[in-house]
Amino acid sequence: MQIDTAIDGAAQAPGPPPRPRLLDAGDAAFTIEFGDVVDPGLVARVQALEAAIERSRHGGGLEGLIETMPTFRSLTVFYDPVVTSRDTLVQALEPLFDNAAPQARADARRWELPACYEPAMAPDLLETAQALGLAPDAIVEHHSRTTFTVYMLGFMPGFPFMGDLPPALYRPRRTEPRVRVPAGSVSIALGLTAIYPWESPGGWHLIARCPVRLFDPSRPRPALLAPGDRVRFRPVAVAEFQRLEQAARGGELDPGQWQIVTSADYPHG
Amino acid sequence: MSIDNVFLEIVSPGAYASIQDAGRRGLRRQGVPWAGVLDRRLMRLANALAGQAEDAPVIECVDGGLRVAARGGAVRVAVAGHAVVEHLSGGTWRAVASWRSLTLAPDEQLRLRGMAAGRLAVLAVEGLALAPVLGSTATYARAGLGGIDGRALSPAVLLPARAARAGPEHLLPEPPARDDAPIRAVPGPQAGHFTTEAQALLTESVYRVTAAADRMGVRLEGPALAHVGAREITSDATVPGSIQVPGNGQPIVLLVDAQTAGGYPKIGTVVSADLARVADTRPGESLRFAWVSAAQGEATARAAETLTRALLARIRAVWPGGVDEDALYRSNLVSGVVDARQPEPPDT
Repeated sequence: MQIDTAIDGAAQAPGPPPRPRLLDAGDAAFTIEFGDVVDPGLVARVQALEAAIERSRHGGGLEGLIETMPTFRSLTVFYDPVVTSRDTLVQALEPLFDNAAPQARADARRWELPACYEPAMAPDLLETAQALGLAPDAIVEHHSRTTFTVYMLGFMPGFPFMGDLPPALYRPRRTEPRVRVPAGSVSIALGLTAIYPWESPGGWHLIARCPVRLFDPSRPRPALLAPGDRVRFRPVAVAEFQRLEQAARGGELDPGQWQIVTSADYPHG
Repeated sequence: MSIDNVFLEIVSPGAYASIQDAGRRGLRRQGVPWAGVLDRRLMRLANALAGQAEDAPVIECVDGGLRVAARGGAVRVAVAGHAVVEHLSGGTWRAVASWRSLTLAPDEQLRLRGMAAGRLAVLAVEGLALAPVLGSTATYARAGLGGIDGRALSPAVLLPARAARAGPEHLLPEPPARDDAPIRAVPGPQAGHFTTEAQALLTESVYRVTAAADRMGVRLEGPALAHVGAREITSDATVPGSIQVPGNGQPIVLLVDAQTAGGYPKIGTVVSADLARVADTRPGESLRFAWVSAAQGEATARAAETLTRALLARIRAVWPGGVDEDALYRSNLVSGVVDARQPEPPDT
């Protein structure tokens, strides 16, 4: 059964990046796949295509297109098959596949988020240190000295998948996922790090807790982070974490305070 | 807040009831699933019967048990779905038909005593209006969005309604029959991550719905679907209808509240026209699947829309005591569940 239809049959070769593949995702969506790994180059291509589609929609085109969902490596297009068809949309979108040059997002922001790595807030820190043959402090140092890039949001509202972990911190997921991961848990798995915005089940290793609200429906853009944003973690003590968490719960914490504003963030003056 | 102090009280939500509408769009990239009713046709029919806009907020009821009361005035409601509906009036429960509107006098009650078939019923309420959150009133409990305080309905919740407008009730003369045809699915996006045998097995076998079936997804049980190579992929987008297959080979059909991305390969995607039937299947009951192409899938969506519009066009006014009611009982009642003409013992 032939399932995945490549737009052209060109094999991967040096030179211009291969054209993306179209994958079927039912009768009301399809996926434009650029690759199958976590790679900043693929993320940039996904973001560029999404931006091009947004421009086209604002120009009044692409009737029946409902929304797009970017991931590490692909863009899924949701549409209403009663209003339009996959053929119509693919025809309209294909020219954008090539013209959407990868570029850094102009509105990408830099954040420094507080994180408490102390044992009470880091149930898997010791075990992770043992598994990796490192001291717990070394884990904290590696993690808090890395500037991560937000690759995508998914899994639950506002959940950021961020990379890349220093290779010393690579670990597979837990073999037994936790039934309850506390809200705010900072976690690692594979080459990635993430923050759980809500209590949920989860299979990643919990090495810290972050008190910042990552999703708030009363904000103009409810998710705090966006793909392309850069994130660092600043270690805080338990007392400071508790103070911040209480303030966040009372709505007294303006998450804008964690954004690092430098002149470089305003290239257009 | 109700403008004329008329409310519909949730006396009991039953197994699980929540406020839903057509759901929220445009936020999947922020990790927010659509939520919304599991069966849009039921929402549109119930709202039309109650004199509401087709996509107005409704109560979606899973597995029956919902019980409501009119407070502060008369409230018009309408049920769509194969529910066993009863009306408490003058201290006596009487069977009434589904697929029609009914006006509850002040303090009268309506209950969905059970389901004659399936799991899903929708109750529409004339005048029910709620403030949307992120563009929708749909309850998404995991993130506390929409509905009443972001949660499923609970006893004593008061929903703002409106005093029932004068005029006839409405009914759907020939409600849609249950459809037991195979669930149609389009192969992909990761069908190539499974053996050819697995792709054939999914449509040649029977899969049983397990108890792990909610608004996020339905876990199935049947012959294991074997992966080719890695059992996990770099996360990509899921869609409502994605059939993801974790390492144990047992498929999970994702529904409207499912996570927006996932790392399990997806062997296929249930077409939108058939997804409500997956959600409507009770734990312990079985499903069959049939592969269709994406183009055939689109045709099923258009055909389903045509059928919904035909059903909406059939809705008509009914006058008390008219022959319509008798016809309705004959066409709707499932024998042996409840006798329409025999009043139930008074509620205790």
